[in-house]
Amino acid sequence: MPMTLLQKPWLWSWLAAAASFALIVGLTEGRGAGGLAYAALSFGAFAAIVGLGQMLVISLGPGNVDLSIPATMTLASTLALKAMGSEPGTVAMGLGVALLVGLATGLANFALIYLLRLPPIIATLAASLVYQSLAIWSNRGLRIRPPAALAEFATGRSLGVPNVALVALALSIALWIMLERSVWGRWLLASGQNLRAARLAGIPVEAVRAACYVTVSLFAAVAGFLLASFSGGAALNMGQEYLLMSIAVVVIGGTSVAGGASNVPGIWGASLFMFLVVSMLNSYGASAGLRMVLTGLIIIGIVIAASTRRALR
Amino acid sequence: MTRDIYRLMLPVVSLAVLLAATFWLQPRAMSYFGLNLLFNLAVPIALATIAQMMIIMVNDIDLSLGAFVSLVACVAATFLTDAPLTGMLILLALVLAYAALGAVIHALDLPAIVVTLGMSFVWGGLALTILPSPGGTSPDWLRMLMTLKPPSVPMAVAASILIAVVTHLLIVRSGIGTVLRGVGGNARSVQRAGWSVLRLKALAYGLAGLFGVLAGMALVGLTTSADANIALRYTLLSIAGVILGGGEFTGGRVSPAGAVIGALTLTLAASFLNFLRLSPDWQIGAQGAVLILVLAARLLFTRRSARA
Repeated sequence: MPMTLLQKPWLWSWLAAAASFALIVGLTEGRGAGGLAYAALSFGAFAAIVGLGQMLVISLGPGNVDLSIPATMTLASTLALKAMGSEPGTVAMGLGVALLVGLATGLANFALIYLLRLPPIIATLAASLVYQSLAIWSNRGLRIRPPAALAEFATGRSLGVPNVALVALALSIALWIMLERSVWGRWLLASGQNLRAARLAGIPVEAVRAACYVTVSLFAAVAGFLLASFSGGAALNMGQEYLLMSIAVVVIGGTSVAGGASNVPGIWGASLFMFLVVSMLNSYGASAGLRMVLTGLIIIGIVIAASTRRALR
Repeated sequence: MTRDIYRLMLPVVSLAVLLAATFWLQPRAMSYFGLNLLFNLAVPIALATIAQMMIIMVNDIDLSLGAFVSLVACVAATFLTDAPLTGMLILLALVLAYAALGAVIHALDLPAIVVTLGMSFVWGGLALTILPSPGGTSPDWLRMLMTLKPPSVPMAVAASILIAVVTHLLIVRSGIGTVLRGVGGNARSVQRAGWSVLRLKALAYGLAGLFGVLAGMALVGLTTSADANIALRYTLLSIAGVILGGGEFTGGRVSPAGAVIGALTLTLAASFLNFLRLSPDWQIGAQGAVLILVLAARLLFTRRSARA
């Protein structure tokens, strides 16, 4: 059924990713295609993990977005690397610390939203300033290296696929099953479509919202932990680019910003695309400024293409 | 009317409390020069907050404002100084681009948050092309205007009052302002009443572009040079300023005077924390904490206004 394929909201992000891949490979006449795919999977994995979390929150409906992702990534990885202190055999503890940080920031965010009735945008923005300060205070400008085994894992590959991509894939599949097959997923989408109706139908909407805000923080913590291990240490600005990135991959991936519809495959297409489009513009020799302008125009172009497709249906 | 007053009470009270605390910590700030220093950077932030308010007024949100103000600053520090006419034309084109953006967002029913996200890359890229490394100089007239020393009231305070009064007249008291807020409240009934929502949205975005341009120019007048990242934090500051000022994300419920006061509060919070001699590690975090505290106080006011 070609029509049903065309109607899949994730199609556009995958088409865009494939087109940029083809354009780069076309330029190099096929050389380096494997290396490029490998790099796209490695870097795309981090965007995919934070994008999956952001997708859950955005699915909750208009106004729901987590702006504290970069701060959570930085804080979780800083504290985790400090706890591990480059010692071997501490990886599980480090991951535990990162997850605890994610849990704490997620609960704090939701407490501000629920108890103080703050709009999520403002709540997560204000809270992220506090997390950032905590990270600055605990970091002290030191760059602690991750334990060798962890660094090896984060930069290594299994069966030719980067390990970080495998982790991101496992998280995606788990989340996809939860969204499509479990009652929690139904509850989440129902809450995003109409909060009031969902509440009247007896869905514990506040518990659903809490779960989403905690999950996005946990995912951000995992992404930060992996990114710090991948790049040889935590840095205070390491999360910066993932604020816009997390929102961009969600929307390019075809998740509706109106809420109530989420889309796991689209996140992957969009994450790969966001890396590939920059590489493509790089390999065609675009200057930094031109690269940014074209990236922005391409993002808007995809959103327009996806929305006119929706309107035709 | 009472609701409007309640809406304004929180920003006014929080600014007053913060100002009192600052004076208590540093009595010397209670002077012409002290106030000027405290609110020095408030003018561009207030203008950017008004720009953001125009977008929030029609139920959208602008994630590109910081990048846009940076671009304007770069244009003002280069073209406007070297070739004033070209500079003016570029700035005019930027305002029109904003209006066109509003029209496109409405006509194609696109999510504003995403389109402006994309535009933030476009503005940022253009700024980087114009000014690859920090530099440029402010036009002399702009610097003179921003460093004017009017008698009795510091420039920053006088300008803020002027901005508040002008935007209040435009958005709250004028007929077109009421219709514009109506677009945020109920676009369909505005349409039924015979207005073109497309044009109104273009107008709201155009006004946002205009105030964004003014913000960038004011910023260059103060800093005398620019770089491509000079105002990136304005995106979040302006959103926080609108909400601090009693605005809401939906329903066209915004208050221009409140937004200006919100911007002043945010500026003052930074100065206040400086006076506290807080360790630099905690400066940002304390700013977040102040933001949370003020907004928590909003709970009390909104409950009261619901009863009133």
